[in-house]
Amino acid sequence: MVRQYGFHFNAAACSGCKACQVACKDHNDLTGGIIWRRVYEVAGGGWEKAGGLWVPKVAAYNVSMACNHCEVVVCGLACPTKAIWKRDDGIVLIDDSRCIGCRYCEWACPYSAIRYDAATNLVSKCTFCVEEIDSGRPPACVTSCPLRALDFGDIDELRKKYGQVDRVVPLPDPEATKPALVITPHKDTAEAEKRGAEVINWEEV
Amino acid sequence: MKAPALRKKIETSAMSRRSFLRWGALVGGSAASAGKLKRPGRGKAAGRPPAQELSSDVRIVRTGCPSHNCGGRCVLKVYVRDNKVVRIEGDDRPTDGIEDPQLRPCIRGRAYRRRQDHPDRLKYPLKRVGKRGEGRFERISWDEALDRIASEFERIKKAYGNAAFYVPYGTGSYNQVNGRQTAQRFMNLYGGSLGFYNSYSWACISAATPTVYGTGVTGNQRQDWLNAKYILMWSWNPAEMRDGTNSEYFVRKARERGARVVCIDPRMTLSAVALADEWVPIRPGTDAAMMSAMAYVMITEDLTDKDFVRTHCVGFDETQMPVGSSGAESYKDYILGRRDGVPKTPGWAEGITGVPGATIARLAREYATTKPGVLYQGYGMQRRAYGEQVVRAGCVLAAITGNVGVPGGWASGIALQAPDGGPFWLVFPTGQNPVKAVIPSFLWTEAVVRGKGMGPEDGVTGVERLETSIKCIWAVACNALINQHGNVNRTARILADEKLVEFLLVQDNFLTPTGRFADILLPVCTQFETWGLEDGWKYGDEVILMPQVVPAPFETKSDYRICADIAGRLGFEEAYTEGRDERGWTEWALDRYRRTRFPGLPTLAEMLEANRGVYSVPVTKPAVAFADFRRDPQKFPLPTPSGKIEIFSKRLHDLNKPETIPAVPKYIQEWESPFGAEAQKYPLQLVGHHYLSRVHSTLENIDWLEEAFPQRLFLNPADAAARKIRNGDPVRVWNDRGTTVVRCRVTPRIMPGVVALPQGAWWTPDAQGVDRRGSVNILSSERWTPFAFGNAQHTIMVQVAKAEGG
Repeated sequence: MVRQYGFHFNAAACSGCKACQVACKDHNDLTGGIIWRRVYEVAGGGWEKAGGLWVPKVAAYNVSMACNHCEVVVCGLACPTKAIWKRDDGIVLIDDSRCIGCRYCEWACPYSAIRYDAATNLVSKCTFCVEEIDSGRPPACVTSCPLRALDFGDIDELRKKYGQVDRVVPLPDPEATKPALVITPHKDTAEAEKRGAEVINWEEV
Repeated sequence: MKAPALRKKIETSAMSRRSFLRWGALVGGSAASAGKLKRPGRGKAAGRPPAQELSSDVRIVRTGCPSHNCGGRCVLKVYVRDNKVVRIEGDDRPTDGIEDPQLRPCIRGRAYRRRQDHPDRLKYPLKRVGKRGEGRFERISWDEALDRIASEFERIKKAYGNAAFYVPYGTGSYNQVNGRQTAQRFMNLYGGSLGFYNSYSWACISAATPTVYGTGVTGNQRQDWLNAKYILMWSWNPAEMRDGTNSEYFVRKARERGARVVCIDPRMTLSAVALADEWVPIRPGTDAAMMSAMAYVMITEDLTDKDFVRTHCVGFDETQMPVGSSGAESYKDYILGRRDGVPKTPGWAEGITGVPGATIARLAREYATTKPGVLYQGYGMQRRAYGEQVVRAGCVLAAITGNVGVPGGWASGIALQAPDGGPFWLVFPTGQNPVKAVIPSFLWTEAVVRGKGMGPEDGVTGVERLETSIKCIWAVACNALINQHGNVNRTARILADEKLVEFLLVQDNFLTPTGRFADILLPVCTQFETWGLEDGWKYGDEVILMPQVVPAPFETKSDYRICADIAGRLGFEEAYTEGRDERGWTEWALDRYRRTRFPGLPTLAEMLEANRGVYSVPVTKPAVAFADFRRDPQKFPLPTPSGKIEIFSKRLHDLNKPETIPAVPKYIQEWESPFGAEAQKYPLQLVGHHYLSRVHSTLENIDWLEEAFPQRLFLNPADAAARKIRNGDPVRVWNDRGTTVVRCRVTPRIMPGVVALPQGAWWTPDAQGVDRRGSVNILSSERWTPFAFGNAQHTIMVQVAKAEGG
């Protein structure tokens, strides 16, 4: 491995506007309901009545997530046809010509990064805009963000710059796959965890 | 159900969710290291070749995001192959500094090719064949369409005079050479048409701000927010409605520099989540009560800027009443309850606003003592009954805390950008309107139904009384006739009556709900298909060139060309065009900008050659509104009657309508309110907020946007539980004006007692007249505000129940 590319996501700055999601769809021509980069709306807590008034005890933030191009490629390990592979720069790709649409990779990925298209009987996922990377340009999502909440680069560099956090509620334990992801948590993260935060926009992701 | 939709449903409800639910659980770990998965030995592609190979046959054109009247103005980098838009990226200028940040489009711009290539686009001229409003049309030739239009125009002109023509408020196409102004230019050359003033966006704030400051230019350049220590985002949601490209980014930067940010809104908006340290939910329509209570705390705890109030304001207390108003109720009288016996305490406001009194008091202290501070007023809270009051109340808080005219402060109000109000909004020359009569934009249905005889009591200006009702409407890029006007069912009845409006001409890209009522419906090309120009709108010192990206398809034409063709039928094409086409006017507008506001602006040829999309002026020393006045109020008086900040307005006092137009800002209970008798039947307040999937009603039909932000009624778990409504259920929302059925989203991000239905969804009535799309104006009212004659379309009470059978 010459490097491991990864994403930085600043949850503290993300509004959930989904410019990244749509930029990804446009760049990659994703029609038919396929979404590679999704924005999860996370909320915990509720409202309490205090002295006749409704008082919010709500913690909310967003998680924008594509594929984390994990160090442990559980999707690839689950693939019976070895269609999923990892480049020297850490980017995980799917070879369409080998994919048989069995969807084991989709089951294996704890981040729901892999998307099945019934029309083609193929799975697909974020490619890190690999052709852009190979031309020395950033991925489409990163440059789309109106709040400049996304970054990319060598994961070691990103960790130096942004820290070590790679999990916020309700993401899975990163030990399972070692995602190439750094998160700047939102101020309400601890509060959300305490209040049993969950994704509240399932129909959109 | 169509295949993609079904697929989507399966994915979201079954597969994705199934695997997603496993988040949090450890997935069977593997010791496999990264290097073990090598590129497969066979297979033609290294991975799905997802993104198109963009090679030499692709043209790149940088242009402005089509102006549909969002608050932003952004740059699109459009990839074109074989005259088809194949990809859209954002502003890619190499630098992205705070003084001139990239103009990054939101999802609406990023998804634009789904609109550009939409199968439902209007392709040919159509004429109505059924009853008006039925939506039955037949294809006709351009010749037939133009002949019919010319003869109808001539007939109406002869029968009723030019004041019977009306080119209504419509904002679907807002760049200089496209949109309604092209028709206004036509009309002005044709003898004129009934004019209008104010807008559906900010009628109250544009009318009320000058009652305090004498001007609407009350905003600093936004880079100055980085000097603020405190920011109150009051009913302001720049991340969703985009009040100036980058406004949300500037707030982020201000916060990173230490500003505390508080968001006051019934919804925990996208902005509240991303930008605010604290979210304070408030009952809609009660903001002026909270502001009054904040003033109470400031006055009683001696937190006002007394020097500034003494030297720069009038009407704060009895010592500084304007000449001729002595003895009238001052602001302090009102706040302390000296006349009405009701001190406007935090406890008083708590019962009205739903905000704990202690929170109100704390925010008052924070804002009054953490200086300089910004109280930014969004527009949602002024599109309401008595919306004038909240505007004036916010301005007064800015004034009595001394936040006016200082870096990092903010005068509140409409906040056009200092020093000159920002870039011009319309340089395209519409000419002088020979018809002097002007109505408030929101009262056009009145001018249809009872126009003849309407006068100043209805906000008519320019003449004493209207001499005719509206007989011909020419709606260009306008879906405000039906969809965006209050009380759709009423408007539909009015427009269906062919004895009232005798000829209705509509130009659009799609068959909108307004288009359904057209007698002649003309297909317009998109802004990618003609020439134009846009500026930074409210904020931003930019000019964005919008060159033609692809040719106009089918039989579509630009608004400008259509007007020129009609003018040709009536013998004044040359006067209309002055020999210019759309490109020629774009060049003309560029020259005009260069001569007036942007002396460094390149020529059209230079801009095309550079292909940067935008010309911008970096803001290194942000202008501060009222800085001169602050320094020397004698030498630089405000353009108010007193020359000072008018906390008490003698002009309003002299109107002698203290109950509805008080001389000092007051909280007035709305005509539909949770505190009124109507709440027995309709207990929930409904707000129609701006939504990222549309710009008003434009972009309604774009799949990528609906997927990202589906049309839903948002309601709190408490209100849902009380009605046995579960997340995702179809619900019926109704009041005396109409009924709509829409799916719901149960979310804690809205306060109990309030439901939200994003505005702009297209009215889609079924056979029983029930809207099936969540079109909010089925429920809103046509009633206007007392001073601005503005729309109060967010003042709505409704009931909600689970819909039987969906």
